[in-house]
Amino acid sequence: MADPVYRAAPVEALRVERLGELTAIFDRRSMQTHLVVSPLPEVLEAMSGEACNAALLAARLAASFDLPDAAETRAILGERLRELASLGLVAPDEA
Amino acid sequence: MSAVGTFVDLLVGRRDAAMLTPRDWDGVIGVARAEAMLATLAHRLKGAALPAPVAALFADQRAAAAVATRQALWEAEMARRALASERIEFVLLKGTAYAAAGLSCAEGRQIGDLDILVPVHDIGRAENELLEAGWEWVKSDPYDDAYYREHMHELPPLIHKARDRMIDVHHTILPQTHRTTPDPLALVADAAMTESGFAVLAPADMACHCAAHLLADGDLQGGLRNLWDFHCLTRDFAAADQGFWGRLDARADKHGLRAVVHRAARLARDLYASELPEGWGRSDPRDRWFRRRLLARDDWGRASDFALQQAFYIRSHWLRMPPLLLARHLWTKWRKRAAG
Amino acid sequence: MKHSTRIVVGPVQFRIGSDWRAPVAALERLYAGYPQDPARAADATVRLFAARPWRRWLRPSVQIGGDFVVPDALPLPLSMGLLAAEMGMNLQVALGWRRHLLLHASAVARDGRSVLMSGVSGSGKSTLAALLGEGDWRLMGDEFTLIDPASGDALAFPRAVSLKNEAIAEMAARVDAARLGPLLAGTPKGDIRHLIPRADAVAAMHEPARPALLLFPRFGGATAIERLGEGEAFVRLTEASTNYTALGEAGFEALTRLVRAVPAFGISYPDSAAGLALVEQLWAEVER
Repeated sequence: MADPVYRAAPVEALRVERLGELTAIFDRRSMQTHLVVSPLPEVLEAMSGEACNAALLAARLAASFDLPDAAETRAILGERLRELASLGLVAPDEA
Repeated sequence: MSAVGTFVDLLVGRRDAAMLTPRDWDGVIGVARAEAMLATLAHRLKGAALPAPVAALFADQRAAAAVATRQALWEAEMARRALASERIEFVLLKGTAYAAAGLSCAEGRQIGDLDILVPVHDIGRAENELLEAGWEWVKSDPYDDAYYREHMHELPPLIHKARDRMIDVHHTILPQTHRTTPDPLALVADAAMTESGFAVLAPADMACHCAAHLLADGDLQGGLRNLWDFHCLTRDFAAADQGFWGRLDARADKHGLRAVVHRAARLARDLYASELPEGWGRSDPRDRWFRRRLLARDDWGRASDFALQQAFYIRSHWLRMPPLLLARHLWTKWRKRAAG
Repeated sequence: MKHSTRIVVGPVQFRIGSDWRAPVAALERLYAGYPQDPARAADATVRLFAARPWRRWLRPSVQIGGDFVVPDALPLPLSMGLLAAEMGMNLQVALGWRRHLLLHASAVARDGRSVLMSGVSGSGKSTLAALLGEGDWRLMGDEFTLIDPASGDALAFPRAVSLKNEAIAEMAARVDAARLGPLLAGTPKGDIRHLIPRADAVAAMHEPARPALLLFPRFGGATAIERLGEGEAFVRLTEASTNYTALGEAGFEALTRLVRAVPAFGISYPDSAAGLALVEQLWAEVER
């Protein structure tokens, strides 16, 4: 099953503000405001500037979160990465 | 002096902003807004002695233009990401290209849709990638759709579902039905890269496209802004390259746009005091109709000279289409309006 | 343009041009107590014009334009020229203002602090604000409130209050007739009558007021109060702003600060008396 690699926006590009249960993210490159809930903010943080696919993300997040079994987690994280890509917050790694 | 005359003089630096009365400012600002050049004017007058309300308005405009430019460049980036997976190359056109290349005409310039040029053999794949990445068709009328594909030089317009912004994908820069047709493969082959990694037209091609867009693509609506682009582009390119005007002449000739480019240059000289080299200033009595059309704005920002407007509207359609096709197009448009 | 006038409302000076005398005359009567400054360039331009030259006299109808024009908008008959002028002023500010964050909200102030009431047409925000403004509150605006991105203050934009249908009778009973405009019957939004804010509110139009309470009113239904979280308030306010996106990071920062600093409540109420009581009750709570 394909597991594409993505890169998150550089840290200085995003302004992240917690507003109760929502997280508001202002992307300085696009001038867009994104209102997201967990686990999107955590996914972005876990990617921290490196190329990441769902498998690598799962490994990083497992340290702080109690995640379901490997295949299900990878599928869920793959979905989240696609969502983040459609918002422009992560981009397909073009290396 | 008329509001539009004062506006042009302020852009060129022929008039001292400190001498304007509040009524003068009402008129100048009205014209600038109508011509979509208020932020351009705000940049030109950045250090000038201005009344406080005007200074505040101009500061607002410069800040808003900076936000809008970032948004426009982001559209280019998202298009790049969508097309990158299939390695589809594209060239940025018009306002987004000027901004990506950091050209002086981009300062405060209002940018509308994203315009890109894609080689005709990649058009189908480009269409698919954009649709997959969240763009969708704007026009759903089959007549308009067919007209776009067969006779215009672009796909029907696409709009991004989430961001609500349009992209126009061209495969030439003038309609195929136009009487003169620039060579699109030459345009793409000679494209230059910006520092930010986008392809833009080479300087001579960019100036040719600007002139074509100004004079051969429409009825001169927004003409003052397009002409300002042409003035700034040629001035910047000539400053960086002594041979630029010669290159422009040769390239214009190759694209069948020599008359158009020369007219644009003369109009830029007449209105914006462009410095033209030898061989570019041969006057043409028909220029005065274009000058009149460009300056047909009153101090409330309304287009004046209705008859001249109509004459240019008909001219623009005649340029785009052979007479038989024009008749059929206008007949269909009339029938739709009568039915609707 | 043949006829024109200027009006200052809060930070905006309008110039309004018209092909007919009547709308300009109606504006000058209604806004007689407002400043106008011929020595200052206009910030926004409204044009009331005839779409075709013969429409000046033959079934005269008013198209609304200016700095911004909405294409395909339906014209209004000349008898509703004042309504066209008011819509024109709303349009130019809604589409063109970039100095402050613009919210579709009414606002009233007391002791330098303000209540913002955000909602669409019919939510009751305008009527509640107008009623509070007849009491011991200063009416800052019934349609738009401006937030200064630098300070976070609310700025007043006290235009004529647009009273619709039942609200007309409710207010007409309480105010001096000189403050009311003509009855415009049968407009696309029903019967309309304009009410000029009290003289002290007009005189104080340049005084800002720090937001202390944010309400999302809903007219109709049982009395209820619902505390809203910061996230929800943020979302609702972006939907209530016409220029949030155009302001970029300054808008984001202003709105973030606002929702963190100001408690927000959704309120519903069956009638004005209940609505007013809710406002006073919540104000007492936040001011404690």
